[in-house]
Amino acid sequence: MTNGMLLPVWSLTLRELVRFVRQRSRAIGAFLQPVIFWVLFGTGFSESFRMQGVEGGPSYAEFFLPGIAAMIVMFAAIFSAISVIQDRNEGFLQGVLVAPVPRTAIVFGKLCGGTLLAVLQGLLFLGLAAALHLAGLVPDVRWNLSFGSVVGTIAFLGLMGFALCGLGYMFAWRLDSIQGFHAIMSVLLFPMWLLSGAFFEAPQSGWLKWVIAANPLTYGVAGLKRVMASDAAAVAHLPSMALCVIVSVAFAVVCVGIDVAMTRKQRVSN
Amino acid sequence: MSAPAIRVEEVSFSYGERQALQNVSFVVQSGEIFGLLGPNGGGKTTLFRLLSTSLPVQAGSAFVFDHNLASQPDAVRRVIGVTFQSPSVDPKLTVRENLIYQGHLYGLTGAALRKRADTLLTRLGLQDRASDITQTLSGGLKRRVEIAKSLLHEPRILLLDEPSTGLDPGARHDLWRYLHQLRTESEVTVLVTTHLMEEAERCDRLGLLNLGELVALGTPDELRTSVGGDCITIRTTAAIGDLQRRIHDRFHVDVQEIDGALRIERTDGHELVRDLVSAFPQEIKSVSFGKPTLEDVFIQRTGHRFWDEQSRMGN
Repeated sequence: MTNGMLLPVWSLTLRELVRFVRQRSRAIGAFLQPVIFWVLFGTGFSESFRMQGVEGGPSYAEFFLPGIAAMIVMFAAIFSAISVIQDRNEGFLQGVLVAPVPRTAIVFGKLCGGTLLAVLQGLLFLGLAAALHLAGLVPDVRWNLSFGSVVGTIAFLGLMGFALCGLGYMFAWRLDSIQGFHAIMSVLLFPMWLLSGAFFEAPQSGWLKWVIAANPLTYGVAGLKRVMASDAAAVAHLPSMALCVIVSVAFAVVCVGIDVAMTRKQRVSN
Repeated sequence: MSAPAIRVEEVSFSYGERQALQNVSFVVQSGEIFGLLGPNGGGKTTLFRLLSTSLPVQAGSAFVFDHNLASQPDAVRRVIGVTFQSPSVDPKLTVRENLIYQGHLYGLTGAALRKRADTLLTRLGLQDRASDITQTLSGGLKRRVEIAKSLLHEPRILLLDEPSTGLDPGARHDLWRYLHQLRTESEVTVLVTTHLMEEAERCDRLGLLNLGELVALGTPDELRTSVGGDCITIRTTAAIGDLQRRIHDRFHVDVQEIDGALRIERTDGHELVRDLVSAFPQEIKSVSFGKPTLEDVFIQRTGHRFWDEQSRMGN
């Protein structure tokens, strides 16, 4: 018999939130960088950017908005993964591992905490973007702000957050240094975001098209674009909504499954 | 008496090629303070990790109150409290928060948990620091938080890995007084690993670990008595092998060479000391004589000194 799942998951999740609030620089850094990116790139690319085949299509700031939200989720997931390494190095993890807690709860506590922070930061950014837009600081951005769109936005931010936290955990679980994780971040996670259609559209042909199609994050970003779009024609070329949901869910399930298996198998010496 | 608190049967463990434990067997009775004494690298921490369910049982079997470590880790986890050598406290949380989150992992909640946390904070003298962020605490205080954490769910066995690491002598003394108090008042069985002789002296029974093997088992008194009468250690300026042979030829005693000194165990050693000094006045630089210590037990069982013990006694 094991203790229930909910209490440890809830408790470990809450701990992630408390630690986040206590590390103010982390909160500010994770939040300000995307805002700066969005304003600078949005302004810088506003002249040169033209959406393929869409006359009077979105500005770059509009195109980039869901991509930046995805980037925030990516950074939150990276911080979540780094916290796995910190928990191990600071010793906290060893105490959790000798507690009568289902190993699944340990994984879910970490991932739920990371996902919740990702979604909250994403929404905070989108709210701020709306404020900047209203203040006239960014070029024209059209945006579907219906109830359904907001719910869909939260759902896709959450799905991407869970999958990316799960992906980060997979690497962080085996690493004992944050430096080591930086390599994973630069060669895997950041390119993954870059090649998801978040920063630039997938080309019509060539190898890049296939890399982007094979990237599971592409479908999260596409889903987010679909729910946020005010003009259906602007997102018609993206993968269908059904495909976006299926791939995003599958991505999350696979990552979490591997995390749970790894956590069950490896008993940790600190 | 019911089931023994801990039963270890022919347990071996290896990290890849390196054999860390070889056929270790012992029993800890309920209510005992049992010490695992040995030099660093002797296998203490590996054994501690096995018993705390941090490492899997590879060979042999181990039981905690009849719960099998290999097949019932959660049952074991429920009855053990674990104090790690490097504390498992979350440095970003306050002292009280550390206890509350720990309680949740053991299924404790609400008012009962808060009351239990407050009781432990008071018992360990942490009530004034309850709202402090844990990373601002000194090493000794962090250790106390760690112990409070491990006692929160009222474990029947407390496992401590080198608990006095980083503690000053006063704090170390307090810790041991508290462990004895726990045993008396709450009938908690204590298993502690240490490389400090003075700590080992405070245990009811000891297991001596060297290179992964249990080389001695018994109460500190039993172990000392097993050595024989007195221990004489001779340092010489002359060729050591030569002096060893000459002492042996003349007095017909066993002379061991340990790390550049000669060592003799003997009843009525004081007479031998006198005879030795008059027989080899030139060769002998110094002679020390004493009742056997746990270090002598260690030397006798392993044939080498409990290395770097001298430097560590002071820390």
